[in-house]
Amino acid sequence: MSAWEPVVGLEIHVHLKTRTKMFCRCPVGFGAGENTQTCPVCLGLPGALPVINRRAVEWTIKLGLALGCEIRGHAVFARKHYPYPDLPKGYQISQYDLPSCVDGKVILPSADGDREIGIVRAHLEEDAAKTVHVGGRTGRIGGADYSLIDFNRGGTPLVEIVTAPDIRSADEAKRFLQLLRQTIVELGISDAEMEKGALRADANVSVRPAGSNELRTRTELKNMNSFTFIARGIEAEVERQVGVWESGGEVRQETYDFDAASGKLTPRRAKEEADDYRYFPEPDLVPVEPPAELVERLRGELPEPPGARIERLEGTLGLERSSVLVTGGLDRLWEETVAAGAEPVQAANVIANALMGAGVDPGSVSATELARLVDARDRIPRAAFDEAVSKLGEPGFSADPYLTQEAVSDESELEPVIARVLEANPGEVEAYRGGKDGLLGFFVGQVMKETQGKANPRVVSELVKAKLSA
Amino acid sequence: MAISRDEVLHVARLARLALTEDEVDRLTTELGAILEAVGVVAELDLVDVPPTEHPLDVVNVWGEDEPHESLPLDDVFANAPAREGDLFRVPPTV
Amino acid sequence: MAPVVDTLRLTAEDAIGLVQRGDVSAGELHAAYLEAIEERDGELHAYLRTVEEADGASIPIALKDVISTRGVETTAGSRILEGYVPVFDATVAARCRAAGLTLLGKTNTDEFAMGSSTENSAWGPSRNPWDPALVPGGSGGGTAAAVSAGLAPWGLGSDTGGSIKQPSALCGNVGLRPTYGSVSRFGVVAFASSLDQIGPVAKTVRDVALLYSIIAGRDRCDSTTVELPEEVRLPEDERVDGLRIGVPRQLADLDAIEPGVRAAFERSLELAEELGAELGECDLPLSYRYGMPCYYLVAPAEASSNLARYDGVRYGLRTEADTYDGMVERTRDDGFGPEPKRRIMLGTYALSAGYYEAFYGQAQKVRTLLIREHREALEPFDVIATPTSPAVAFPIGDKAADPLAMYACDLLTIPSCLAGLPGLSIPCGLSDGLPVGLQLLGPQFGENTLFRLGHALERALGFDTVPERLR
Repeated sequence: MSAWEPVVGLEIHVHLKTRTKMFCRCPVGFGAGENTQTCPVCLGLPGALPVINRRAVEWTIKLGLALGCEIRGHAVFARKHYPYPDLPKGYQISQYDLPSCVDGKVILPSADGDREIGIVRAHLEEDAAKTVHVGGRTGRIGGADYSLIDFNRGGTPLVEIVTAPDIRSADEAKRFLQLLRQTIVELGISDAEMEKGALRADANVSVRPAGSNELRTRTELKNMNSFTFIARGIEAEVERQVGVWESGGEVRQETYDFDAASGKLTPRRAKEEADDYRYFPEPDLVPVEPPAELVERLRGELPEPPGARIERLEGTLGLERSSVLVTGGLDRLWEETVAAGAEPVQAANVIANALMGAGVDPGSVSATELARLVDARDRIPRAAFDEAVSKLGEPGFSADPYLTQEAVSDESELEPVIARVLEANPGEVEAYRGGKDGLLGFFVGQVMKETQGKANPRVVSELVKAKLSA
Repeated sequence: MAISRDEVLHVARLARLALTEDEVDRLTTELGAILEAVGVVAELDLVDVPPTEHPLDVVNVWGEDEPHESLPLDDVFANAPAREGDLFRVPPTV
Repeated sequence: MAPVVDTLRLTAEDAIGLVQRGDVSAGELHAAYLEAIEERDGELHAYLRTVEEADGASIPIALKDVISTRGVETTAGSRILEGYVPVFDATVAARCRAAGLTLLGKTNTDEFAMGSSTENSAWGPSRNPWDPALVPGGSGGGTAAAVSAGLAPWGLGSDTGGSIKQPSALCGNVGLRPTYGSVSRFGVVAFASSLDQIGPVAKTVRDVALLYSIIAGRDRCDSTTVELPEEVRLPEDERVDGLRIGVPRQLADLDAIEPGVRAAFERSLELAEELGAELGECDLPLSYRYGMPCYYLVAPAEASSNLARYDGVRYGLRTEADTYDGMVERTRDDGFGPEPKRRIMLGTYALSAGYYEAFYGQAQKVRTLLIREHREALEPFDVIATPTSPAVAFPIGDKAADPLAMYACDLLTIPSCLAGLPGLSIPCGLSDGLPVGLQLLGPQFGENTLFRLGHALERALGFDTVPERLR
């Protein structure tokens, strides 16, 4: 397995959160009644004509700049023809051979140094409508009795980002996507939520003998709707391809759907006819030639890229913690908390674990109060700490009432409780003594439970250890 | 410049036309003749000539991102061949 | 009792005068035209449907059936749009409404405006008012026949490769194909987007200029429109001193031009000279050799794409089948007539993998050459003059079986359409008792010059636009 190297490229689709659609001014958004956000343009009525959404163009340029792309002075929309009922005109309007953004790169901080992921292009297009398949045995397309179409989503602005095949592992693909997602969110151009379909990614996967430069036949993985599934899908596909090559076979160019439930890849049925999109320049639109002043203004609006921030924090926190903070959009709060006096690693742990675990919006948290809690974490009862953290987002929150509570560190108070716990769990005690050190956490947890979270876990831990090694 | 019957059938599938046998025969002949007539464009050497993307020399025409009124549902479905609830109904896309 | 209005001779300008002075009401005028339609359209079949009630305060107008009219069926002459009632107005229809014009009816057209005789209409051909055995030209034969026979004071057509100019010539009317980009295409059933333009048809150049001023100008719903660089001027001058007219040298070698057409054309050039114009020769060699082939690649390619939306899902005809693909393919086979099918097939082929560069790509390069050639030819001239159609109206059925012969009708109108330039056709005489059209071509947005020359010539020619048999 180590003799093989995965070669992965990603195609990412991002819904822009403009107020209106790409080529008409129908509102974009979830939750509206079926087909109530439609008009002659997005229904493809005879004679209707597209009009470019200016904000969508500007946001695409902004994204391109954030991905280090060259912004083309002459971009052209084309018609891409394919037959599907959710494509009302019989073609999709999409930038094709003259996209707005080309030749970018993203620096992905990695354990073995910076990795550079090339961006081939980022282009603007419109999304298709939504088709619901009704009836049949499984509700899947193959067995449907008929289909129903809602054109509300049709025409939503979509940016497609195509990376170079520079990604070398499933984990790297996942980390790249997390970084990209955060970049997009911070630009304010999309919610980039995968579960809502606002961010979708397909992967092109091949493998080659490690160290070689060849590009072997690749397959396409579609329908992976979370970062974890993408990583799992790529992993499974790499394993499959290695198996094929090693058994003397040949990988065929195919498209696979990833089934989240089974974790399995199923090949799509090969089409009778190869796709022939018959692209040609959309004659109903004129070229986009962004003036230099516009591009420079947009460049001036870019925030510091998340990748650079990970690198900045890496020295203090290590790659893992920095990445979690930055791609979670938590690093600003962390910086303020540290500035307010908290110990950096402790602060990072509290923010990434306790605060996020409690589902608190980091934007509403007072860094000063958070810093006081981080500082007092070991002194106050766990229950008090957890409660305080869960209330950090409330307006006017003060840590004061929690800081006055003291965790029980008095050995004479704790010893009887510990003795009770050990007595009640003779099996675990034996196992621990037999070498299962991991059970320490279990004993501490039991003591915490008995004391309703008032015990100082550090002290309990010491006492349990001493007692059991006695 | 002739076009084969198979090519006609292939193009018909791309064009989403279920042609009858007679139509395929007729179109094979007619398209062959038309392609021969229009094929004279090939005699020009145009490697250095840019294609016309647009007859009008205009760029950057766009609209502001301000919503307009969408159509009322009665209008959306005014001409619909098959409606179910507020959705368009089509045969299964096997 | 409504006053007697002679719709046969009434110009739009005169009709507006009648209404403004209160001599007739908008409703009475509308009714008078409906009466004329009742009397003569059984034979001519210029209209696909009429509107009974006047819905404006001014004079009536006929709109080609490719123009969407809210609440009034719009079929583009195709079975696939049978029963389709638009829920919105085309911009040109809305502008006519805003000007107080009342919609008289929807006029016949070749299916999806594809044709030169109106024989390709799914609803049967229209006939030429000068001789009902002949075609009125096409694709806008319905509007041309209606204006010629006094069934509308004026109307709008659409022109892709000659569909306004050629029928105007064959029916003895004035027709303008405006500069590409000057009139909105929004709501007009698309044929070939980079070529389609909407334009007026009337009995006089002044009427055409007036209607043009109503419909022209930027529309924010059509990204390919611009504001006119100068206001439309209604022409008044009787002379055109100093105006420079170029005549393409290549016309002499075009055998397709009938002798009678050539004679009428040359007489009108002499007349222009008498009015003060300066004549000279220009060159359009590529235009007449490659214009037609280029057009029959570009237009079908765009048409194949524009007609992809007719799938039986949201509107129009639907032939049921067990699967979506089957439904679409059968609907389109049932709904489209032979000419749209031919062009869809041709265009799909020209865009398909392996053929794009040789056909569509090459044609768009040829188009670049034609644009340059026209620019150079127009450099020393204000106007280029040619006959509009190489031939006068031909018998119904004559060319129906031969697509290439039909395509050749547009030999002289096509090149300037590819170049995006305006063209005005005015009647310039008779050949064997049938009208001959004079085509005046100008630079982009040169409409005012075309109106000026057209108007002066029209007055000097004194052509009677009423067909002899109806006088």
